[in-house]
Formats: sequence, C-alpha cells, structure tokens
Amino acid sequence: MIRVELPAHLRNLARVVGEVQLEVEGQATLSSVLDVLEARYPMLRGTLRDHVTGQRRPFVRFFACQEDLSHQSPDTPLPAAVASGAEPFLVVGAIAGGQL
Amino acid sequence: MSQVRVLVGTRKGAFVLESDGKREQWNVSGPLFAGWEMYHVKGSPVDPNRLYASQSTGWFGQLIQRSSDGGKSWEPVDNKFVYDGVPGTHQWYDGTPHPWEFKRVWHLEPSLTDPDTVYAGVEDAALFRSADGGKSWQELSGLRKHGSGPHWQPGAGGMCLHTVILDPSDPARIYIAISAAGAFRSDDSGQTWQPINRGLHSAQIPEPTAEVGHCVHHIAMHRSRPNVLFMQKHWDVMRSDDAGDNWREVSGNLPTDFGFVIDVHAHEPNTIYVVPIKSDSEHFPPDGALRVYRSRAGGNEWEPLTKGLPQRDCYVNVLRDAMAVDSLDSCGVYFGTTGGQVYASSDAGDNWAPIVRDLPAVLSVEVQTLP
Repeated sequence: MIRVELPAHLRNLARVVGEVQLEVEGQATLSSVLDVLEARYPMLRGTLRDHVTGQRRPFVRFFACQEDLSHQSPDTPLPAAVASGAEPFLVVGAIAGGQL
Repeated sequence: MSQVRVLVGTRKGAFVLESDGKREQWNVSGPLFAGWEMYHVKGSPVDPNRLYASQSTGWFGQLIQRSSDGGKSWEPVDNKFVYDGVPGTHQWYDGTPHPWEFKRVWHLEPSLTDPDTVYAGVEDAALFRSADGGKSWQELSGLRKHGSGPHWQPGAGGMCLHTVILDPSDPARIYIAISAAGAFRSDDSGQTWQPINRGLHSAQIPEPTAEVGHCVHHIAMHRSRPNVLFMQKHWDVMRSDDAGDNWREVSGNLPTDFGFVIDVHAHEPNTIYVVPIKSDSEHFPPDGALRVYRSRAGGNEWEPLTKGLPQRDCYVNVLRDAMAVDSLDSCGVYFGTTGGQVYASSDAGDNWAPIVRDLPAVLSVEVQTLP
C-alpha cells in the first residue's frame, strides 16, 4: 500500500480528505504510482504531468523520505519505506509555482 | 421578476453576484475554486444553468469546470488540449521561432444553439471546440495552420486567443482575435480562416498595415447587426461595417484610445462602451479618474460616464473580458477592475455603483439575464 499526500488544491479537486492510499501492483515507481493515482482520480490527469509527454509539470515536486525525487527517471523504484507504506509519497506545489 | 447573475473570474477564484431586476441589492457568493486563476466563466445562452469555467494555476495547469445547475455544483471535465498534428513554431518575443505550447484557456464561448457545444480560445493561440459538454476537445486547426501562423508573436500577456464571437445570423461564421496576430474570420464553421485586419494601423510592428501582427485587445458585436464589429485595439478604437473586411478608426474625442474592453448596449446596436486606459505602459485611467466612455453614434463622438465612479486616486486597469451587459429593459452595464471592484450601472451607464469592492484582481465579467 502506497500512501500519497496531495496538496490542498488537488485534494479539493479529487474530493479527498487526508492521505490517499493506493495499491500498486509490481514495483512501485514514480510512474506506476502516478498511473494508479490518475486511474483512481481521473480529474487529476494533466495536473501533475503532461497529458501527451508524461513529463512532470514544471512546478510540481515529488518528495519522499526527505529527498527530492522530482528529477529521477519515472521508472526509478521508490524508496522501500514508501513502497511498504511506512513513509508517504509527497506531491508538492513548488515554492516558485504560485501566482500573486 | 427577472434576475441577473454576474459571473466574475478573478486571479484567486470565481464569484457569483446575483440580484433581482432592480439591481439594487446583491448577493455575493464565492470564492469558487479558491486560489485558482479563473480566466473566464460563461453561461450557455440556450440553457442558463449550463456554465463553463476556465480554471488554472502555475502549479497544476489547466482545468475546465462545468455546472448544469447554474453554479450550485461543478464537475471537472476534460482538460486535454492537444494541438492537431505537429504544432510548428510562431515567433518568440525576440523574433526567433518558438514551438507552440499550450498554456491556458483564456475564453470559453458556449454555442448559441447547443448547450453541449463550446469553444475555447487558448494560449498559445488556437481555437478548440467541444461538442460533448467539455468531455473532449478538438482543435480547429485551420486557424493555427493559416499560412501566417509562423509570423504570429505574443503580446505582453502571452500569445492568447481571447475573443470568440459566433454570428447569430450565420452558424458557419466565427470571429476570433489574437494578441498579437489580429482578427480572423471563418465562414465555414472554423475549417478555414482569413485575417480581417485591413484598415488597422499599428506603429509597433515593422509594417504598420500588415495583414497580421496587430494587437487586437477585444471585439464586440450586437446580435441584431452581426456585420458591424467594434474593436478595442492596443491603441485605437475601430469599427467595421462589413464583417471585418475593412476597419476605420472611431476613437474620435476619447482622451486616450488605448484600452482593453469594448461592449455594445443590449438594445441599441449603435451605443458602445470603452474604458480608456492611459497608455501601453501606464495601465490605469488618465488622471486617476475612472471613466467609462459611451458613444451613441457607433463611435467618434464619446461622452464620459463618471457618476458613482472614483474620480481621483484611481489606478486600476480593466482587462479585456471584464465588461458585459445584461438584457433587461434598462440595459445594465458591468465591469471589473484589477483592484477587485465590480461596478454596475442599471441605466446604461448614467449612474454607477460598486457591487463589491475588494475581490482579487478581476479577469472577466459575464452576465446572465434570467427569467
């Protein structure tokens, strides 16, 4: 079970409260977790990564275990603590991404 | 008694302002989609309960929201705006080729006949259409693939398609405007397009009378006279009497002919409104006095409308989609400012009063007149 923490705007959009818990078959990677997340909550499609290229949106960050995973390959396995559910996978709006 | 519903898009959410036909007491609700930029919210003319809203942030990109109950509830619909084929390039600010990149939806224009059909004007400039209530979007790529496309360039606000006008007398005719490419018309439901910029003169481009490259800020039409168009350009207020084939300047006695909004009285097709802004760099009213100018002659002869508007120390802007009119017997006129005020006049502009004063910067104002 993977625990995902979404930022407030996306929790509102997906109409969820608190963490999202996902069952990911096989190895948990950035890509596989986002695939499952978007399948469960289709309204999130396009908000985290580009519809066509799958590239992370520039002002979205992925953190876990006090590390920035944003620049890793989408196929990189997530830390074992995230895969086991001990630590959450954090989706974060970058500090630079807001509007006045 | 009739009712009025004003749909306000702001930098940090949408607001709904409602009143009865007297337009004296207002109920303000919102913010909807708090924290998101709401570039435009507009209702279907054939089903006033069907609303569409453009919602975006720098973090999470573009969403489209749809309501089928007049704004009481909303559902996100498709946000996949993918250019048709290989997007190609347009000019960047420095004159170099730059690939077309989708950024946001500036304007949503619901069909005049079908509540499930809606057009989206986007940045980088293109026109999309949905025929299923926003569940899917298809680009009308004949516009972007017009031969002049590689020469289009962004204005200061981005290369946005911000105006979409559907001709009530001819379902196949669509007008659009792009900053800074100019105005275009399709006579075949958006399959092919022609620039309609003859008569425009823009000193900011190398060839001031070029076929494309003009920074058109907004265009307005009265549905009873669809061949007559009024334009607020970067500088100059313009008029066409032949569906955009030719334009002539009607700035007349305006104190400055720079501005963003332009609109037409609901019942008097020759009565038009603008809000003069000092200049392309000083985006506030001349002399710190907020004045709407009205022409009852279709241009050239303008009168300032000041009653109820701040006449000193006012340095707000009024953005291109932030003026609208209702269709009650005494035409109501509404506009919103970057200072967060929404002003209303229930007597065609003679007298004004703020409905609200302290919203986030207003990006768009639309009005629905309800039975």
